[in-house]
Amino acid sequence: MQKLALSDDILLQVEKPARYLGNEINAVHKEIHPGMIRFAMAFPDVYEIGMSYLGIQILYDLLNAREDTACERVYSPWIDLDQIMKERHIPLFALESQDPVKNFDFLGITLQYEMCYTNVLQLLDLSGIPLMAADRTEEDPLVIGGGPCAYNPEPLADFFDLFYIGEGETVYNRLLDVYQENRRSGRSREDFLLQAAQIPGIYVPRFYDVTYHEDGTIASFRPNREEVPAVIRKQVVTDLSDVIYPEKPIVPFIKVTQDRVVLEIQRGCIRGCRFCQAGMVYRPNRERSLEFLKEHAVKMLESTGQDEISLSSLSSSDYSQLPELVNFLLDYCEKKKINISLPSLRIDAFSLDVMSKVQDVRKVSLTFAPEAGTQRMRDVINKGLTQEDILGGARQAFDGGWSRVKLYFMIGLPTETDEDVTGISDLANKIAEEFYEIPKGSRPGNGRIDIVVSTSFFIPKPFTPFQWVPQADLAQLHHRQELLNRTIKESVNHKSIRYNWHDFELSHLEGIFARGDRRLSGVLVKAYEGGCLYDSWGDFLKVDVWKKAFEEAGIDPDFYTYRERPADEILPWDFIDAGVSKQFLRREYETAKAEKVTPNCRMRCSGCGCRIYESGVCYEDQNTVQ
Amino acid sequence: MRYFQKAIRRAGIPVSFSQGYHPHQLLTFASPLGVGMESSGEYLDIEVEECSSIEELQEALEAQMAEGIDVLSARILPEHAANAMSIVAAADYRLGWPQNMPCTADELAQLAAQFTAQDSIPILKKTKKHERVVDIRPMIYDLRAEGSSLYLRCASGSEANLKPQQLLETMLRSGGLEYNPYACLITRLDLFARTKDGQLVSLEKYNG
Repeated sequence: MQKLALSDDILLQVEKPARYLGNEINAVHKEIHPGMIRFAMAFPDVYEIGMSYLGIQILYDLLNAREDTACERVYSPWIDLDQIMKERHIPLFALESQDPVKNFDFLGITLQYEMCYTNVLQLLDLSGIPLMAADRTEEDPLVIGGGPCAYNPEPLADFFDLFYIGEGETVYNRLLDVYQENRRSGRSREDFLLQAAQIPGIYVPRFYDVTYHEDGTIASFRPNREEVPAVIRKQVVTDLSDVIYPEKPIVPFIKVTQDRVVLEIQRGCIRGCRFCQAGMVYRPNRERSLEFLKEHAVKMLESTGQDEISLSSLSSSDYSQLPELVNFLLDYCEKKKINISLPSLRIDAFSLDVMSKVQDVRKVSLTFAPEAGTQRMRDVINKGLTQEDILGGARQAFDGGWSRVKLYFMIGLPTETDEDVTGISDLANKIAEEFYEIPKGSRPGNGRIDIVVSTSFFIPKPFTPFQWVPQADLAQLHHRQELLNRTIKESVNHKSIRYNWHDFELSHLEGIFARGDRRLSGVLVKAYEGGCLYDSWGDFLKVDVWKKAFEEAGIDPDFYTYRERPADEILPWDFIDAGVSKQFLRREYETAKAEKVTPNCRMRCSGCGCRIYESGVCYEDQNTVQ
Repeated sequence: MRYFQKAIRRAGIPVSFSQGYHPHQLLTFASPLGVGMESSGEYLDIEVEECSSIEELQEALEAQMAEGIDVLSARILPEHAANAMSIVAAADYRLGWPQNMPCTADELAQLAAQFTAQDSIPILKKTKKHERVVDIRPMIYDLRAEGSSLYLRCASGSEANLKPQQLLETMLRSGGLEYNPYACLITRLDLFARTKDGQLVSLEKYNG
């Protein structure tokens, strides 16, 4: 039998012990030889969340494809095990070998959302790795970060030895080659980091110094070694149909959040919604070929035995060969009794037809994401969706048998007024009216419409046109949420509309860390030491501990959230070249203030800067530079 | 269940599906095993569209098993056979202590003998809504200590069901010992059905 890091009595008393076993179907168990690179790839959240994330699976396969490397997985121990491990001094282990993470050469941590930062510290702490990169020795693993939050790595800069900026497929092989070479020639950790810092896309925080003005803004951000570049350029895969992609994804024993085969059909998005960081930093939009997708869909379904496949992308409707792909899957999955899940589809005749084939229209809700209640507001955020689109789509959906609608909006958007907020209620009511215009006998479902309105709070993110704007403060958000709640309750169709909202505090913290700088590391350490963990899990958010952590660290959180940043301010993430230029983002910000929309990448190139990657939508025929 | 559904797909077994929008495989476990319990005798009914060779089916499924799970035997049931879940009547368990045994082996043997010598063993059973007193003595068919392990045969299934943890807790407490639910490793050894003449027969050998 496989060795286990946890004794039976521990496995018996923790929730879902299968989280910690590591012998799932398709997990890679390699024999470890001297001279091999041991890479622990961590997701700083619980197993069920981490296992649902495609990126780790891609890197897991990429690294394990190397003969000289063994990559294993690590997830945050749940709070029950966290406590036991701390009490009994059990070091954090990687799942496959069950060996302590501390024995590995690398600890890679993917950074998917800001509110996992205390869990990052937990991983280091439980592993017995010094929290501060500066305190680590030759014996410690190199701690490397990547993922969307690496586009502003500064709040975590003190904890990481290096970050990679961009898509992992591009840099890891070169990085590990450099590591092997460095180790063979007996050179030090510092030598390796200096070499690594010269690989495009690799950022080694210790080689950069930051100085500040008296008002707290950044005065300078410069390399302190002449060998390293002043600007780190994001690295992207240029041909997504000629790159490693999972063929045998790991099959968890327990139910995980995304418990299905995931087929990433494209990266990036042509839409350019101004609030969306993913839509900006994953540019240029690049599609995978139909053949590649068909082949991988079948291989993954056969190797896992999963009974569901989901298409993944920021906006599936924009994939140019969607009908061909969907028809192939419908045909294959019907025979094999496999479910198809199609998120992020625009509502139109095609998508309604497809969805009616893959789901029970009586039971499933149709989702619209207008994001804002008025046309003016939608123009500001560049959500190219009109009221006619929404009402027309809704009408077609009712004709198709749907009677449940989910609507997603944001509150606290730049330039938002009370009118924009009550506009959300108006739009929901118009959808209800559209439904009740259908003669009573011909209405779908039980003759009533069920609308669920959900709002989240807008959080300005780096590398978006709104990176300079102040985040709406708690009082404003509270007022707008109350206003919307009241307006919906008093509206004509209030009986058909339910309203769900999010928590303020979490959005507030997320906003601080999203646009934070290096000085926040002290706050994170204090919050973690005060018991903060799993902050994104609602119940576990300890607002008071966070407040105290800011006070003790002498940091004013409002500096990061409620300030309009001047155009000439050096932003903490300015040293990263994410493809989209600062000029483009500023131009988009001005266009937003003028309430004008910018056409999508396929209609017209807006000169964001991503043509330098020489791939994807930028090089489709119709596109010429403006 | 999810584990076997996926294994059956990977093995390419022509399993039958239910009707409806979300068809599911027609599988039934004789008695779903609780988390944290080991077992060497579990049973799964699979309804298939066709089966030319039961040996091949067993091999195909065995080839898809994770370490620690093996398909030990397989056989074709007669058409309209009662499903495994409905016929389970008893189960064999071994209760052992990898460490931190609550007493010596001799004391354990003595305790088991005293415990089963009682005519009735009332315990308080709690459900979500109410509590009631249940006599578990008739559900204990056999209980003996062997070395540092306890071997138990007891009622299991829909008619009468005794959880080995319940028995252990009651027995240890009756001997003034502490019960630590995490110290004891429980292994289900086999499941039994009752024949028409009242005999208990392992499900593997049961023929209706």
